[in-house]
Amino acid sequence: MITELGHFALILAFMIAIVQAVIPLIGAHKRWPGWMAVAEPAAQAQFLFTAFSFGALMWAFITSDFSLKLVTLNSHSAKPMLYKISGTWGNHEGSMLLWVLIVSLFGALASVFGGGLPPTLKARVLSVQAAIGVAFFAFILFTSNPFLRLTVPPFDGQDLNPLLQDPGLAFHPPFLYLGYVGLSMAFSFAVAALIEGRIDAAWGRWVRPWTLAAWIFLTIGIALGSWWAYYELGWGGFWFWDPVENASFMPWLLAAALLHSAIVVEKRESLKSWTILLAILAFGFSLIGTFIVRSGVITSVHAFANDPERGVFILFILAFFTGGALTLFAARAQAMEAKGVFGVISRESALLANNILLAVSCFVVFFGTIWPIVAEMLLDRKLSVGPPFFNSAFTPFMVVLGLLLPVGAMLPWKRGRIGRTAWQLRYVFVLAVSLGVLAWAMQTGRSALGPVGLFLGSWVVFGALADLWMRSGKSGRLQRMLRLPRADWGKATAHAGLGVTIFAIAGLTAWEQEDIRVARIGEPFEVGAFSLVLQDVTREQGPNYFTTKGRVEVTRNGRPEAVMFPEKRDYPVAKMPTTEAAIDYRVTRDLYVVLGDQQADGSWTMRTYIKPFANWIWAGSILMALGGLLSLSDRRFRVAAGARKTPAAGVPAE
Amino acid sequence: MKRMRFLIVALAALMAAALFTPAPALAVEPDEILADPALEARARELSKDLRCLVCRNESIDESNAELARDLRVLLRERLVAGDSDRQAMEFIVARYGEYVLLRPTTSGANWLLWAAGPLMLLAALVIAVFYVRGRSRAPKTAETVLSAEEQDRLRKILED
Repeated sequence: MITELGHFALILAFMIAIVQAVIPLIGAHKRWPGWMAVAEPAAQAQFLFTAFSFGALMWAFITSDFSLKLVTLNSHSAKPMLYKISGTWGNHEGSMLLWVLIVSLFGALASVFGGGLPPTLKARVLSVQAAIGVAFFAFILFTSNPFLRLTVPPFDGQDLNPLLQDPGLAFHPPFLYLGYVGLSMAFSFAVAALIEGRIDAAWGRWVRPWTLAAWIFLTIGIALGSWWAYYELGWGGFWFWDPVENASFMPWLLAAALLHSAIVVEKRESLKSWTILLAILAFGFSLIGTFIVRSGVITSVHAFANDPERGVFILFILAFFTGGALTLFAARAQAMEAKGVFGVISRESALLANNILLAVSCFVVFFGTIWPIVAEMLLDRKLSVGPPFFNSAFTPFMVVLGLLLPVGAMLPWKRGRIGRTAWQLRYVFVLAVSLGVLAWAMQTGRSALGPVGLFLGSWVVFGALADLWMRSGKSGRLQRMLRLPRADWGKATAHAGLGVTIFAIAGLTAWEQEDIRVARIGEPFEVGAFSLVLQDVTREQGPNYFTTKGRVEVTRNGRPEAVMFPEKRDYPVAKMPTTEAAIDYRVTRDLYVVLGDQQADGSWTMRTYIKPFANWIWAGSILMALGGLLSLSDRRFRVAAGARKTPAAGVPAE
Repeated sequence: MKRMRFLIVALAALMAAALFTPAPALAVEPDEILADPALEARARELSKDLRCLVCRNESIDESNAELARDLRVLLRERLVAGDSDRQAMEFIVARYGEYVLLRPTTSGANWLLWAAGPLMLLAALVIAVFYVRGRSRAPKTAETVLSAEEQDRLRKILED
């Protein structure tokens, strides 16, 4: 019954979205306030119905209603409750419903918080947002309906992929979707502004919080996914340049570029048409990501629902929205005349450099991701483009970005002097170089990666701190620093986070130690500074799996350091084994132990890794997200939101 | 009831069977490792650039698959036989095709893949230089004054 209501609510939401896409658009064109006003209640109703529908599906998963085909295929009665809930979006149909739920959520939020927008712009934004919703409602209802019943419900379900039964991964998709779909808001604003034929500083201010929010969610989502890969896949890799990872990384890069260029629009009324283009492309890449994951065009660890029919449908959606928006852009971009005047050396130029580096690096990732398809279709060559390519082709852009960042972030608006800003950063530079040299002197190997990573990371981190310091004037610095706008703190925190992540990736890659061996029970062995003993191996039973669990005692200089329990699990229903590495997390290093197979003589293969600064990768990501949040909470966005009541009353009905 | 009991028994049997089926092996196994550390280090570096053919986007260094193991062993055999890195890679490419390389070559149209980034950067820089020069020479008057409507809105916002 609840299922049918959910299905019905989904169809209703689809109908409402159609109305919301058409009526306000006509209203805004004809200046009919009544028609424009349809958008707000429609956006909220659309969200409520979609939320009900999603809730109904989740209910079916929670109660293990195996008369639903989707639940049978992806759930099992013995599965822990958390994964029953997360199983709702752990499959193609459910995740699409989550996708469209978030589209309507953002639409509803824009209708609630968008009070300060001019009525025509608001109507158009909500209408474009609803049009995106319509496309995806149609996609769900016609190709991927989650509410299909089975005529004969089975005794129990087929369980969720055990790799997905993990707390890190349970929340990875929602965050990622909040990010992907959050960019739809920037897209809607861009298209609405193109239809309006007008874009000004206020537009930059309105679009920035949405982009910032989307970027924060993407950052968290990507970090969660990478952390999951680190501890779950059994050898501690954190980034694989997998097509689906790239699919989430490309929108992240463009969103980062967009939120920087929107600053230029807001403060200096320049880079307008470029910002519009970026907003269109950023969401376009989100759609490409959806296409890549769901079409089966590119094989990947993540690819699910490889169905050509669905792929074609998404390709059509992609072509319609990106193609349509780009056509509109080509027709209208000339109207976006820049106003601000600035010198060659200025904050504006620095932000432009940031945009070029981010956009070109995104292009490199995109080109590498699609090249195998292009080569196969056009050149009849079957080839691979893997991590070695991306590492060499992408990294230089990030190195240049890191080098320029502290200087660019401190350049004044309009006109600056490079020498003056560089001189302000002299101590930071000396400090970063000394740290790099120190690392070079202390390490045993010959690799330059670690020292260079430390130099670049500390250059960015201390550069961000120096920026805050310089900004706070001559006397009573600490108090003044605390009184700086949150946006300044956000900027420094996010930049420092990037520095931390750069350092951590370089440090981990350069200084990792690995040991592979056959370990006899009770016989100690040395890895780096640690001594490990495999004490015993037992077989145990979990809620929906069996496990082989080792007990490893670790000592350092004779003193106990940790007791670790690496596991190998078997999920009988899904017929799939998984490796659960044991990780001892410390600030400067992770100890990572994996249990392998038993040998004929009763000993076990074991892999041990010492991973220096592994945590710092995600600590840096958290800092980036935190910086975004600080910036989002800045007063000027609240002022813009607070100002909404006055004009709403003051605008005369036309 | 009878049917249900049967199902439970069947399920239990299935679980027991699953318990004893061998779990996948780890990527590099101890018995594959070469005695000569220098040779082994070369083998590890090379295997990071070779694709596991039955996997999805994994190198043979990371993969648990049987086929990846075979390839790792083959690579080590070639190195032990005295092949240079290049010879060993060419031997494997001749057998398994270009698809096995995770780092694509620069041959044929592939130069485009490698040059795409630098070319795009160059194009972007040229456009940016023209844009910035245009902006820095634009007449000051371009910073137009606010329209009456905008002034009104500004006043209201400032009053808050």
